[in-house]
Amino acid sequence: MSVSLKIAVRFLKSSRGQTILIVLGIAIGISVQIFIGSLIQGLQKSLVETTIGNASQITVVSPDDDKRFSDPERVMQAIRQAEGQITALSPALDQAGLATDGDETGSVLIRGLDFAAAEPIYALADRIVQGRLPSASDEAVIGKVLQAEWDVAIGDTLDVTVAGGKRLTYTVCGVFDLQVQSLNTSWFLTTLASAQERFDLAGQVTSIEMQVESGDVFLADTIAAELQALPELMDLEVTNWKAQNEQLLSGLNGQSVSSIMIQVFVVVSVVLAIASVLAISVMQKSRQIGILKAMGIKSRQASLVFLYQGLILGVLGGLAGVALGLGLAYSFTVFARNPDGTPVVALLIDPAFFVLSFLIAVTASSLASLIPARKSARLDPIEVIRNG
Amino acid sequence: MAKAIELNGINKIYGTAIRTQVLFDIDLAFEEQSFNSIIGQSGSGKSTLMNIMGTLDRPTSGTVTIGGIQTGSMRKNNLAVVRNETIGFIFQFHYLLPEFTALENVLMPYLIKHNRPTAEVRERANELMELVGLGKVKNNLATQMSGGQQQRTAIARALIMNPKIILADEPTGNLDSDTTEIVYEILRKVNSQFKTTFVIITHDRKIAEKADRIVEIRDGRISLDIARPII
Repeated sequence: MSVSLKIAVRFLKSSRGQTILIVLGIAIGISVQIFIGSLIQGLQKSLVETTIGNASQITVVSPDDDKRFSDPERVMQAIRQAEGQITALSPALDQAGLATDGDETGSVLIRGLDFAAAEPIYALADRIVQGRLPSASDEAVIGKVLQAEWDVAIGDTLDVTVAGGKRLTYTVCGVFDLQVQSLNTSWFLTTLASAQERFDLAGQVTSIEMQVESGDVFLADTIAAELQALPELMDLEVTNWKAQNEQLLSGLNGQSVSSIMIQVFVVVSVVLAIASVLAISVMQKSRQIGILKAMGIKSRQASLVFLYQGLILGVLGGLAGVALGLGLAYSFTVFARNPDGTPVVALLIDPAFFVLSFLIAVTASSLASLIPARKSARLDPIEVIRNG
Repeated sequence: MAKAIELNGINKIYGTAIRTQVLFDIDLAFEEQSFNSIIGQSGSGKSTLMNIMGTLDRPTSGTVTIGGIQTGSMRKNNLAVVRNETIGFIFQFHYLLPEFTALENVLMPYLIKHNRPTAEVRERANELMELVGLGKVKNNLATQMSGGQQQRTAIARALIMNPKIILADEPTGNLDSDTTEIVYEILRKVNSQFKTTFVIITHDRKIAEKADRIVEIRDGRISLDIARPII
């Protein structure tokens, strides 16, 4: 152990109260920083999940007037080969229509889906609240709002008029709840095969919907751009959720920026606190530094004494801060719960973020010790010897 | 005999606006292995002289030569090495590090140079503590010792690097007469045993008279320089 480190440790030990106070100060600062960071990240994650977790994140559509394109298999094959981050790939044939049940009339969106392929996106198996998914070509499931408004029972039939005046009859075989009012009112789901057959649009689709890995959600625009460049998608248009949710994105951005601002100011105040305490400690220890210099300690060694103190305080404070932050986050998720048992604030416990906060604590307190270290290096022993 | 310290034409002026000259053209040399005292009233400039000899302070003009090496052009860090290896300081107010034990204080100059004490140097530190009569309290914190004990610890510390020169500024200035006697016995013992050159600053004539040579400083000038004939 170098003599500077030995002296640093002894200085810290000899003024134990002061050391504990600084460590506590750093710990509280870092734990607040961790807590705020985890809170905002968690909030954003759950917000993003609710918004696009059960929706298409990247969608291939046709720019043509009829909004349709053929041979989706070829396009899907190209997408599968080009991108590894795609977790779901589901073709859909949509057609607007007017549903009637006796004297009730309402506009619906008939969606022909490949339910197996769409499952990773919409999780329909879990969202069917009554009945089952359609299998026969004249079966359909409707949203729970429509079902409630029209008082439809499983097995009832509904008439739907689609573009071109074609009138189709469907048997309601189930009711879904996608937790979005508008979808629960207007979506009218059948199988893709049924839609293609009954609309006379064999082999055609209106969109290919995709989801990406959860870590890549914010890269949807980049992935979309890459897909757009594929030759198979030349005549098609690739949109992504980011382009369609600019308001949400700017909200998230604002939240991120203010969260980072708060974190930065917390860290800055921690740095200032350490710097001022260490600066005072140089004054307190100037006599000792003077003696050490008279005995031949070099300026570099003398400044290392304070750098080491900063480093040690940073490590201790960082560890304590991470522990405190974890404890705070844990007690929030455990004790602050909604009536249904879910946590009030969904915190995101990200180990990488904790490591980062720890490193910030260590770096910040090392930086804070630079000024006292310089002071210590510059201290002239004669000042101490002469003035006693 | 070779000179341990040589001062040539030393002037020291404090202040820039109001200039106060405390040393005037001092020429002074101390031989190796000699035991010297510098006396003078407070304010006579003797402490300034010692600080200049010990490279803690720089003269306004003149040269300081330690062990044949001119120190005037040396950088701060090189001076630190010179102090660490060739000069042992004993100050009036002990100047031990209160955070460390007596033994650790004694080892400190060695640690500054080597970071880690060897078994031999530990052994030497223990011997020095015995020499100054502190074998029993060597593991006490500096603050838990009496003034005399602290002063004797400072002597042991000054000796740990086996320096050529020991500069002592009023080493017994605030000790009672019995303890003063003990401390002087130790210093003389070290002088004869380790052949260390001593320069002791004191205002106490009785003590000064025990030295082989007495230099008196008055108003920044040497007013008296007498050597006791070596018997």
